[in-house]
Amino acid sequence: MSEFVRRIRPEGSGLYGSGGWQRLHVDLPLLVLILILCGSGLFVLYGASGQSQHYLTRQAIYMGLGLVVMLVTAQFSPRFIMRWAPLPYVVGILLLIAVALVGVGAKGAQRWLDLGFIRFQPSEILKLACPLMIASYLGKRHLPPSFRHLVLALLVLLMPAGLVGMQPDLGTALLIFASGIFVVFLAGISKRYIFGAIIVVMAAAPVFWLFLLRDYQRQRILTLLDPQADKLGAGWNIIQSTTAIGSGGLYGKGWMMGTQSQLDFLPESHTDFIIAVLAEEFGLVGVVALLCLYLLIIARGFMIALNARSMFGRLLAGSVTLTFFVYVFVNMGMVSGILPVVGVPLPLVSYGGTAIVTLMLGFGMLMAISTEKQRV
Amino acid sequence: MINKKIKELAIPRWRYQLVLLLLGCLPLIALWHIASLQVISTADRGYQFLQGQGNARTVRTESIPAYRGLITDRRGEPLAVSTPVTSIWANPKLLNTSAKSFVVLADRLGLDANQLRERVSRYSSKEFMYLARHLTPAEADKVLNLKVQGVYGQQEYKRFYPAGEVTAQLVGFTNIDDQGQEGIELAYERLLKGDPGAKRVVKDMKGRVIKDVGLIASEKPGKDIALSIDLRLQYLAHRELKEAVKRFEAESGSVVMLDVETGEVLAMANQPTYNPNNRIGINSNALRNRAMTDLVEPGSTMKPLTVAAALETGKYQPHTPMDTNPGYIWAAGKTFRDHHNYGMLDVTGVLTKSSQVGTTKMALDMEPAFLRDMFDRFGIGHAPGTGFPGESAGSLPERRRAIEHITMAFGYGITATPLQIARAYAVLANDGRIKPVSLLRVKQSPAGEQVLDEKIARQVRDMLLTVTEPGGTATRAAIPGYTVGGKTGTSHKVGPRGYEPNRYIGLFAGFVPADNPRLVTVVVVNDPRSGEYYGGLVAAPTYRTVTSGALRLLRIPPDAVPAEQLAESATPAPHKGDRS
Repeated sequence: MSEFVRRIRPEGSGLYGSGGWQRLHVDLPLLVLILILCGSGLFVLYGASGQSQHYLTRQAIYMGLGLVVMLVTAQFSPRFIMRWAPLPYVVGILLLIAVALVGVGAKGAQRWLDLGFIRFQPSEILKLACPLMIASYLGKRHLPPSFRHLVLALLVLLMPAGLVGMQPDLGTALLIFASGIFVVFLAGISKRYIFGAIIVVMAAAPVFWLFLLRDYQRQRILTLLDPQADKLGAGWNIIQSTTAIGSGGLYGKGWMMGTQSQLDFLPESHTDFIIAVLAEEFGLVGVVALLCLYLLIIARGFMIALNARSMFGRLLAGSVTLTFFVYVFVNMGMVSGILPVVGVPLPLVSYGGTAIVTLMLGFGMLMAISTEKQRV
Repeated sequence: MINKKIKELAIPRWRYQLVLLLLGCLPLIALWHIASLQVISTADRGYQFLQGQGNARTVRTESIPAYRGLITDRRGEPLAVSTPVTSIWANPKLLNTSAKSFVVLADRLGLDANQLRERVSRYSSKEFMYLARHLTPAEADKVLNLKVQGVYGQQEYKRFYPAGEVTAQLVGFTNIDDQGQEGIELAYERLLKGDPGAKRVVKDMKGRVIKDVGLIASEKPGKDIALSIDLRLQYLAHRELKEAVKRFEAESGSVVMLDVETGEVLAMANQPTYNPNNRIGINSNALRNRAMTDLVEPGSTMKPLTVAAALETGKYQPHTPMDTNPGYIWAAGKTFRDHHNYGMLDVTGVLTKSSQVGTTKMALDMEPAFLRDMFDRFGIGHAPGTGFPGESAGSLPERRRAIEHITMAFGYGITATPLQIARAYAVLANDGRIKPVSLLRVKQSPAGEQVLDEKIARQVRDMLLTVTEPGGTATRAAIPGYTVGGKTGTSHKVGPRGYEPNRYIGLFAGFVPADNPRLVTVVVVNDPRSGEYYGGLVAAPTYRTVTSGALRLLRIPPDAVPAEQLAESATPAPHKGDRS
């Protein structure tokens, strides 16, 4: 346990005070941080979408819905969640198979399932269901896990990642894979496996590049290396977004004053590239402030993980928090041009209902884990 | 049990340290990268570069159209005015022709949607095309308020010519891009057009102007130009000329009126003419300012110059007898005939009757070079130098053969524009001084250059008075209350095979009041087909109506004894008396 955490949590006092919030299974610091983030998110979105009432209200509704989902999820005990973990996983896998068979496509990828009244991406479910399943599987075992359990866990992980990767949706596949790997990592595999895995990945990279990646995916990576090569095509997004970020300077141009974003040069300005709008309008100061907010949420998530009462809770909380961190890092990385463009939204700031509800579901589990003590 | 549980839960410490390190480092990398884009000036493609890039996308320099200068007449009446209009243009790459809004757009533009769609598709590889030019601001707003993607407005000025066809060839016109194409509009393009200004604007991705950032240079409006013409006289000249051309079924005609004192052109009308405000399907014949571009053989209107030369030799006086018997003369292998035998005349009578025989005799008594020099001094063969596009200089060839010397004496074998003829008469009117003619209003009358003895000029003027008096060839040019001096002219038209036997140009050139002339007017009627063609019949009446109207409008006091003039006007000269 780190020094930091020890100081935050004086011996014997527990992580939480007791009181009304506790009985409601609400982790107050996390809730406050999330609410601040949601508020800032709406603020930035309003500017980024060109003062769109439509986007603002819908996003607010999604957030409200997400908060309800979070609070409801928090009411379940981790034990209950662990017991039922295979259900979302199996349903998710079945839906992914359904997508492969009867899914609807957009822009060359088959990712959507049309249920008539709603269209959604089953791969979103797996982002949570997959670490949940592995945590529930490994949480019951002796740790560190044996080789057999490890292989089984990897199979559980690779199946959805592979299905999503074939859609193709490499970004989501990697996120699903990462969220599962975090669980395995936290469960305590030996250094030998870790180094072995790194070597295998490096060895497999050329094969991956040559045979498994599609043209457009290769293009994205090449674009990362030299955005200027295809200014009006593949490089457009990244050139516009770095220009927007650079134009912001230290203090930014002011809310709704960003020329790159307000004048439609920046594509996806209200979804995946919203941080470029933030950077242009609020400058480095705005970016640092947002990053601090994210890091506080992540820190809180790790505190919850460290103080979890069960191995399952610890693994799940750690994985959810790390996945959240990956979202933030990958999004910032791709918009600022150090990572290839993969469709990862900026959590709770980018416009989009599915992502918000999924994230809130994760936070709900964090809250369920954090308030477990009282239930025992 | 508890111990076992705790041991189970123990995750190796280094894992957490690694995770925390990761958590600390990765955001720092991303943050460092963003910071390097935003605030670290040494970065290769740092914020200065990126801010420049950002501005390059949005900040544009737009030109502000300059207001084209006004063209007015000498009294400030507008002849060419610019009014603000809006042109609608489109970026065909952004314009969605299959959208419903496209049909509405076409409707507002007053165009057929299918035709417009076809036109847009022809420009599909371009990024600019006009949809409609020069709409009124209200019409343009109706189109622009649709906010169709890829459709924009552009501020422009449109030229409007209040006097229309009356001043058409003189003022000229601009093209749709407001550049001078003809006439004064072309001649003084530089002065009129001014300098467009420039401003910085921020534009969005779709090319719409979001806001003005600042002015780089304000536009400099073009200079106004005041022409020398008097619109009242111009209207008069136009109306009378139009009437004459119609009555005599002429092909074309010109009227030029000069202010003797200043050399200013007070009126310059041509037929046929056109409406400069609507030039669709106009005849290119109507475009020429014939008074300055078209050459005619001046014919007998040049006889006063020959007489002036004869007086200058000293061998002749106004009353030196001239025997024109038997009504024809054989010279240089050709016979020159008068209309009938005038018998004994004097030098004045030669002009009064426009005798070929008398003129030929005087010419034969002079050195060819001497006569030519007199024409040269009167500006024949020299461009008036008004700066008008297409201004002709006429021709005054070196004549070697005797026949050519003789024909020059009565105005054949040389060419001049109506304006040049007017200038030559202005020399007589100005007591022998030649002054530059001007299409622009002049502040000070120029001194001019003495090219003919003052006394001779007066003598020739006095002789020319008889032309409009009873017995002269142009009694129809007489104006009651004024002494009118002038000379008729009738020349054969030149066709592809030399002189056309039955096609003529009728001219009259005159000045008034004869004693101290203020106005010189030249009327040319080209190819009259009504049967009458003598200058005294087809050109002199127009001279009279235009000049008498001008005298009234300019309030030039009458100089002749009213009773005598009234008596004369009460008994118009018989038709037969009119000769060229």
